[in-house]
Amino acid sequence: MNDGYRSPTLDVLQRFDAAVWSEVTVETEHGDFEGLILPRSETADANHLVLKLATGYNVGLRYDSIRNIAVHGHKQAHYQIPAKQFPSDPQKPRVKLIGTGGTIASRLDYRTGAVIPAFSPSELYGSVPELADICNLETEKIYGVFSENMGPEQWIGTARAIAREIEKGVSGIVIGHGTDTMHHTAAVLSFMVQNPPCPIVMVGSQRSSDRPSSDAAMNLINATRTAATSDIAEVMVCMFGPTSDQYGLLHRGTRVRKMHSSYRSTFRTIGDIPLAKVDATGVTPFRQDYRHRRNDKQFKLVDSFDDRVAIVYYYPSMKPDIIDALVDNGYRGIVIAGTGLGHVNKPLYPALKRACEKGIAVFMTVQTLWGYVQMYVYETGREIMELGVVPAANMLPEVAYMKLGWALGQTDDVEEVKRIMLTPIAGEITPREPHNGYLILQGGIPEVEEFITRHWK
Amino acid sequence: MQQPHIEDPRLNLPVPEYGAFSDDDYRALGLKVGLEIHQQLLTRRKLFCRCPAGLYDCHHHDAEILRHMRPTLSEMGEYDGTALMEFKTKKQIIYQLKSESVCTYEMDDAPPFELDPEALDCALAIARLLNLKCVDELHIARKQYLDGSIPTGFQRTTIVGIDGEIPFATESDPDRKIHIRQLGLEEDSCREVSDHGHTRVYRTDRLGMPLIETVTGPNMHTPEEAAAVANQLRYLVRLTHLVRTGAGAARQDVNVSITGGTRIEIKGVPSIKAIPRLVHSEALRQRTLLALAEVLRERGVTEDQLKDRSQNVTSILRNTDCLFIRQAILQGAQVKAIALPGFDGLLEVKTQPHTLFLKEFSDRIRVIACIDTLPNVIASTTLGSGISSAEWSKIAHLMQAGAHTPILLVWGRAEDVETACKEVMIRAREALKGVPEETRQALKDGTTGFERILPGPERMYPDTDLPPIAIDPARIKRVTENLPTPPWERMRYAREHHVTENLAERLSRSPAFDLFRALCDQFPSLSATKIASLLLDRPCSGARDLDHLILWVGRLQRVALGEIHFEALWQFSDAECPKAEQPSNEIIALSRQMIAHRFGPNSADPEARMRYWMGELMPQNRGKYEGRAMAEAIRTAVLGDAQ
Repeated sequence: MNDGYRSPTLDVLQRFDAAVWSEVTVETEHGDFEGLILPRSETADANHLVLKLATGYNVGLRYDSIRNIAVHGHKQAHYQIPAKQFPSDPQKPRVKLIGTGGTIASRLDYRTGAVIPAFSPSELYGSVPELADICNLETEKIYGVFSENMGPEQWIGTARAIAREIEKGVSGIVIGHGTDTMHHTAAVLSFMVQNPPCPIVMVGSQRSSDRPSSDAAMNLINATRTAATSDIAEVMVCMFGPTSDQYGLLHRGTRVRKMHSSYRSTFRTIGDIPLAKVDATGVTPFRQDYRHRRNDKQFKLVDSFDDRVAIVYYYPSMKPDIIDALVDNGYRGIVIAGTGLGHVNKPLYPALKRACEKGIAVFMTVQTLWGYVQMYVYETGREIMELGVVPAANMLPEVAYMKLGWALGQTDDVEEVKRIMLTPIAGEITPREPHNGYLILQGGIPEVEEFITRHWK
Repeated sequence: MQQPHIEDPRLNLPVPEYGAFSDDDYRALGLKVGLEIHQQLLTRRKLFCRCPAGLYDCHHHDAEILRHMRPTLSEMGEYDGTALMEFKTKKQIIYQLKSESVCTYEMDDAPPFELDPEALDCALAIARLLNLKCVDELHIARKQYLDGSIPTGFQRTTIVGIDGEIPFATESDPDRKIHIRQLGLEEDSCREVSDHGHTRVYRTDRLGMPLIETVTGPNMHTPEEAAAVANQLRYLVRLTHLVRTGAGAARQDVNVSITGGTRIEIKGVPSIKAIPRLVHSEALRQRTLLALAEVLRERGVTEDQLKDRSQNVTSILRNTDCLFIRQAILQGAQVKAIALPGFDGLLEVKTQPHTLFLKEFSDRIRVIACIDTLPNVIASTTLGSGISSAEWSKIAHLMQAGAHTPILLVWGRAEDVETACKEVMIRAREALKGVPEETRQALKDGTTGFERILPGPERMYPDTDLPPIAIDPARIKRVTENLPTPPWERMRYAREHHVTENLAERLSRSPAFDLFRALCDQFPSLSATKIASLLLDRPCSGARDLDHLILWVGRLQRVALGEIHFEALWQFSDAECPKAEQPSNEIIALSRQMIAHRFGPNSADPEARMRYWMGELMPQNRGKYEGRAMAEAIRTAVLGDAQ
């Protein structure tokens, strides 16, 4: 194992019989450097040796400036989150934490220099001991993937794992997940696990848990509290409300979306208000029209998915070959994210017509994210419907994509697919949009600025 | 309670104010001092984002963010001691931010942008000036700070060079050198606004400003030497005109140890003048703590005897004559008593000028348990506390403490008191060993107070957000081309030309040096001291424009030709003075440079910078703004604020 070193630096290491984790003095053209040889990131160049100095700093030395390496000793890092037995208290509810990956708990990977997920109950207790005040926690790592690598296999596996836990009678389920596609998984789980008797809470972190300012601990604490005590028996996403360490928001799994590439408060309920907020004092619902916790196990598991589905994000001047390509490659469903109320340009019409005639399910959503598809207002919309494209109300594009794959997994009948798609199952289509379901405060406006000065962001 | 009679001379060591000790006294203690100098760089932007650098506003902010910090593991898989201590304090940290000076990066809501190349050039240039070995590839590290002074919980920092030295000639050792351990490039932290109880408030405008940290070896042996080296380094970096000046642009950490003691870091010393007094106080404190440890060992005190056996004594003190305790109990406070067996007679021992050993406990309670209304601790040996001897007897009885065992009282919120009691015992156990590893804050009276446990290399963590940066040798060559002549070479040149010592000293840090040298080389027949005096003290030192300066250079030509006597130079009016030839282009360039450095936007003298900007901005804005408001705005922008 070369620990990331390649020729020519690897040749230098071998010439002086120095290996990674050796304590060394490196003589270079600019003088001597003493330290510990660290592994090299595989994505970094091949020309530098990485040395950790006694001060804890790392420096890189160019291979061709090295004249000699004298090895004095050996010291290997043992990166370990302090593991402690998670205490058990018969008075406390049972919560199951299912791990799929992401940075909710993580450690450093030397070869890539990046953060990789780590997961075990005792490790979690070692780093977030507050969890023991809330529940008896059991954990199970079913996957260890970044969220972009989640797919049908993992979605179905997760849904089945949830079903097993509900059968076992846990009080609630927490699902650790990478944040990038958390809203995709939240949506599909909402369809696959219908009418659950207990909270199913998805959680992740925007700042990995190897940072002191990480949001991981608070998110995990809030999610666990929700799973243990909340009356809301739905699939939810539990993430930071504001960017301040104040409270988490519980978003319905079919109405939530990641809206910023890096902010902590990136998850937002779109076209509606969140279900509740959660902090150290407990869960405070904002509304009552949620599914309530029950003692039965009368839920329905519908674990099917066909991934021959695509989202087409429409742009002006789009050519029909995009649609044709999908049809010719055997795709069975297309979700269009159209402009405005749900529009695409005329050149696409023949391709869309051909798709619909071939029995491909084509649904229209809006790339504005907020608002309903309304295809009667303009002639364009009516023409597109004539082709066989079905408006998908106020389903978010990603949610429509997940639902269409799920529906196509159940049936080949296009009419049945249409029926499934347009029948609300878990709030993915709502009968009305409340006025405060669309609120993006615009910075710079005096009254908004005044609001911001008075509230923690 | 009866005071034990103390005759042990180790408990009565003299603790004089600064000034009473000779160099030999410090040498006898084995005093060693090292410096870490933080110096902001003069760049347009911050280090890891594109926010403007140097835009300060002390009075207004647009928004606030609340955060907490949790300790994490280091790269080597260990928790850092400081990090754990800060977590015990459970602080709410509030950041005040202003839209103009802070973006989502500083708020830790966005990853870093690439390191500012301008800042790296400055750091590389200064590293070469300090004769450091530059690294070939920069690795950005995260240095944990759980006090909240940086919203990420860590400072992004990188080593630019290690192992250099600068000459520090003294009378006894003209070849003396000061070792420069390393030069780091890092982002500046927030400015603290307040810290009360469990809430700490920071202003974020300074956050992310590029600064260099220069670390010296522990090569200084007296308080005065420490200040002299700090000055030397300050003048050196200022000569480059790559650094910011003015209040808060440079801050020193001073590392102090004595024989048998521990390296103590005194953080954030705002002025070099304050250094000697702080070093003196810290040396005395370490000497006394070592003596106390010896006494404790002789008394046979062990760690086992110093376990937390605190007792709740709230009910005993409910009606006490000690007003602040009675008040606190009325407001719901809990009072706990802690016995310190073996510590009889020690709490009143002076550790620093007008500071008792008891303050070591009080400081820990203040910082770690967040009980910060003073006094926050009462000892049974303290006279006049208002607590009656009957109350003390009841407490001693409850504690099952011996007659001479001192007892401490701590009061406040129950969980804070709990933390305080634990912390008192931790500090008591540390007393057996001598000087605990701490960073200490510089107090106004020249003494130091506990700030936090000294962080170790465990708090370093590679920054996974940024790749390493290879340094092209051509880049080092480019940035070193314009390096100034260092002060020691200036001194040598001036001495070789028999310039008087006082003028040589001043030339060594004056922007006039290069012009001085050029004139000396051009007019070897003239006295270098006179040329120096002309540039530093005589009318042309005030020359604010090129024509004026060239006029004086022309006069020098006349002197060199023997047409005028040097001393008669001042007696001519401008009109009377015979015209000279136009000086060489080099001399004109150097003159221009000197004027710019002395009076321009980069001048080392903040008042000169202030005048420059007033001169630039006032004429265009006259009438638009009130003069005084304008001046105030410029002052804030140019000088920063006093923090």
